[in-house]
Amino acid sequence: MTSFFLNGKSVQVDVDPSTPLLWVLRDSLEMTGTKFGCGMALCGACTVHLDGRAIRSCVAPLSRVASKRVTTIEGLSDNLTHPLQKAWIELDVPQCGYCQSGQIMSAAVLLAENSKPTDKDIDEAMSGNICRCGTYPRIRKAIHRAAVLAGEGRPR
Amino acid sequence: MSAAATVGRRGFLKTSAAVGGGLLVSWYGPHLGAMGDTVSAEGKDFAINAFVRIGTDETVTVIAAHSEMGQGVYTSLPMLLNEELQADWSKVKVEAAPVDKVYNHPVFGMQMTGGSTTSAAEWERYRKMGAVARVMLIQAAAKQWNVGPETCEAKDGVVIQRTSNKRATYGSLASAAAQLTPPVDVKLKNPKDFTLVGKPTRRLDTPSKTNGTAQFGLDVHVPGMLTAVVMRAPVFGGRVTKIDATETLKIPGVKAVEQVPSGVAVIAERFWPAKLGREKLNVEWDLGPNASLSTEQMLRDFSTMGKTPGTIAKKAGDPAAALQAAAKTITAEYDVPYLAHAMMEPLNCVVDLRADSCEIWTGTQFETVDRANAAKVAGLAPEKVQIHTTLLGGGFGRRANPASDFVVEAVHVAKAAKAPVKVVWTREDDLKGGWYRPMWHDQFVAGFDAEGNPTVWTHTIVGQSIMEGTLFEGFIKNGIDGASVEGAADLIYGLPNLQVDLHSPKIGVPVQWWRSVGHSHTGFSVESFFDEVAHAGGKDPYELRRKLLANQPRMLAVLDLAAKKANWGSKLPDGVGRGIAAHFSFDSYVAQVVEASVEKNGEVRVHRVVCALDCGRVINPDTVKAQMEGGIIFGLTAALKTEITLKDGRVEQNNFNDYQMLRMFESPEIEVYLVPSTENPTGVGEPGVPPVAPALVNAIFACTGKRIRRLPIRSSDLA
Repeated sequence: MTSFFLNGKSVQVDVDPSTPLLWVLRDSLEMTGTKFGCGMALCGACTVHLDGRAIRSCVAPLSRVASKRVTTIEGLSDNLTHPLQKAWIELDVPQCGYCQSGQIMSAAVLLAENSKPTDKDIDEAMSGNICRCGTYPRIRKAIHRAAVLAGEGRPR
Repeated sequence: MSAAATVGRRGFLKTSAAVGGGLLVSWYGPHLGAMGDTVSAEGKDFAINAFVRIGTDETVTVIAAHSEMGQGVYTSLPMLLNEELQADWSKVKVEAAPVDKVYNHPVFGMQMTGGSTTSAAEWERYRKMGAVARVMLIQAAAKQWNVGPETCEAKDGVVIQRTSNKRATYGSLASAAAQLTPPVDVKLKNPKDFTLVGKPTRRLDTPSKTNGTAQFGLDVHVPGMLTAVVMRAPVFGGRVTKIDATETLKIPGVKAVEQVPSGVAVIAERFWPAKLGREKLNVEWDLGPNASLSTEQMLRDFSTMGKTPGTIAKKAGDPAAALQAAAKTITAEYDVPYLAHAMMEPLNCVVDLRADSCEIWTGTQFETVDRANAAKVAGLAPEKVQIHTTLLGGGFGRRANPASDFVVEAVHVAKAAKAPVKVVWTREDDLKGGWYRPMWHDQFVAGFDAEGNPTVWTHTIVGQSIMEGTLFEGFIKNGIDGASVEGAADLIYGLPNLQVDLHSPKIGVPVQWWRSVGHSHTGFSVESFFDEVAHAGGKDPYELRRKLLANQPRMLAVLDLAAKKANWGSKLPDGVGRGIAAHFSFDSYVAQVVEASVEKNGEVRVHRVVCALDCGRVINPDTVKAQMEGGIIFGLTAALKTEITLKDGRVEQNNFNDYQMLRMFESPEIEVYLVPSTENPTGVGEPGVPPVAPALVNAIFACTGKRIRRLPIRSSDLA
């Protein structure tokens, strides 16, 4: 039995601790917002937060997250109020949408660490996330927009 | 033209007949096709026709006959319908259609999504269905108030009686409206009166794609479901001769190992044990006749074949005489590789097979074909097979498989598993799984007059037919698969002497349509060679295009717009080159200008892409721009990154480490400009792809003097 905190709630799973977190989330906990794209940390579709840092859940064994805090796309906000979600909707970023959970989770860590990222910062933070539909130009714009929205929401 | 188009009964009948013989009545009754009234927590939904339900809670559910794979039809189809229905847009939802002939593609006669045709094909039908529903709601209100329907009007989900100002919401009228006989004639709005169509409208599916709730095929859970992965032959066409599953069956969670026609299925409680189990599986194969296939050999064979006459796909003027008479000729050979679609969501399919039914959940572009193929394997009548079309995590043609490979295989696995099962493809399975864009070789000869004007153009194409051996084989006419020569045989430039020959070698690699199909190679080769022709004749590539497009006003307009927005002819920073290309595909006109430079180590930097498009009337402008952006990045990935190669019959690529996608840091600035048009809508999903690779190699030529004739571009070609 492995315990960890998933989106703020304690969960226990009885799965081989070498199982990648991605498959624990998807198959055991039926949290399917986190996506499978490559299984080798090459595409970023499975990005989640582990104690606030972005990790590729497809290569993170369950044992690595024991007793730690995991945040998935489902835990980003209750009601689409995260600045990134607002910006994504405002700019209609997704096409097929499959990679977008991972894109948003990578962008969320970027914004948490850097409230006004430059294009270069965005390139560096986001180049581990593939989008086959080619939404990169909009992701870039939406991250800049989310930075503004987050600033507006911040107490002065 | 009258202010409002009148759609008569004949129009309906004609449309109805074209969709595969569906009876007129089946469009309208309250219980249509597989679509009936539904009850939900919010209230009751009434089917006004097969394309729209209205709920007592005022919700309007538009039934999408086409799959959403990112191209935006889950928004554009509701927009078309609601332009006429005039419900409150904030109440509009969308739902995937079940499989029923009422949802057949109005042109292709089967339920499917592809060929960049949804907007063109549904431009009238969805508006008609909205208009029919509106008329019925007005009639229901008029009946209730005992007034003439002509005294009533509908707006924002409410019917209003003009003199009394009585009001009734759509939700309150839905039940009564659903009982009425549908009108024979409906008037459609004049496009100048559109309030929704043509206006930038936020996609209905975006919220669900930003919080993890969007459901793709891979996300489907069915009670009691097992998960399987399949070990497929290492060489196309290989067959299992021996299975040793001893070690596999020791893995906790593995339930069974079963042979299926495509290989060996490892069936487990969940994905991870299935994958671990497959790694432990020992299978011996009879590799069959394809075990010696090699890309290097095929490149040589194709080049040799290209120097011999093929089947003539197009002949105009007297090319042989014109070449004889030419003051100068040039030749060139182009090559492009097999390409995988590599949708971000790997293929998958959930099947619940019972004695007298089969339920399937998958992201597919090909419902009618999949149902028929699944029914055959299940031993059931097609009506006993239900397909739930989920969102598609990318399609690009791969999910429109004539053999329904990923669906048929899953039915076989479900048969063997004797339980509901989800078959999951890994990325490696996807890349090695075939059904690629064919490898193509293109050879050209051009002849010039003494002033450097081209007078003759011959083009020999070598590559596999995607139709051959499939249910679409009948589309091959006189030995020509139109998809092999599209964009070449219909060369848009006015040249007096033209010949296009085709060789269609038979090779044991399964091939299929891939975003922009034949145009994905002809766009590259034709527009690159055109640039060579311009330079060889001492002409500006843009000006020569202008001259030879004199009879193509729509293409000329996009070309001029792209050139103007890119400031063609202006000075660029040192080392940066500019290239232009234009290509007509899926009835749309696209021109693109690329600015690029090459590093000392040969690496290409794409700085900016300017794109101009004429796709007729636009339904949702922002989605159209998004498709151009995405098409450009898709095309740049093919130009700069990807190839599927074979050695000893085995696919050499594995995952995104050796089949690399363009990434954020490589993504250029993209500007998209739409040419306003009052023509009917044409394709958008694919036409953005073909021009970008040639515009890029033309830009590289402009800044380095080096001509790239083989994709993907290698830094070794330019170092």
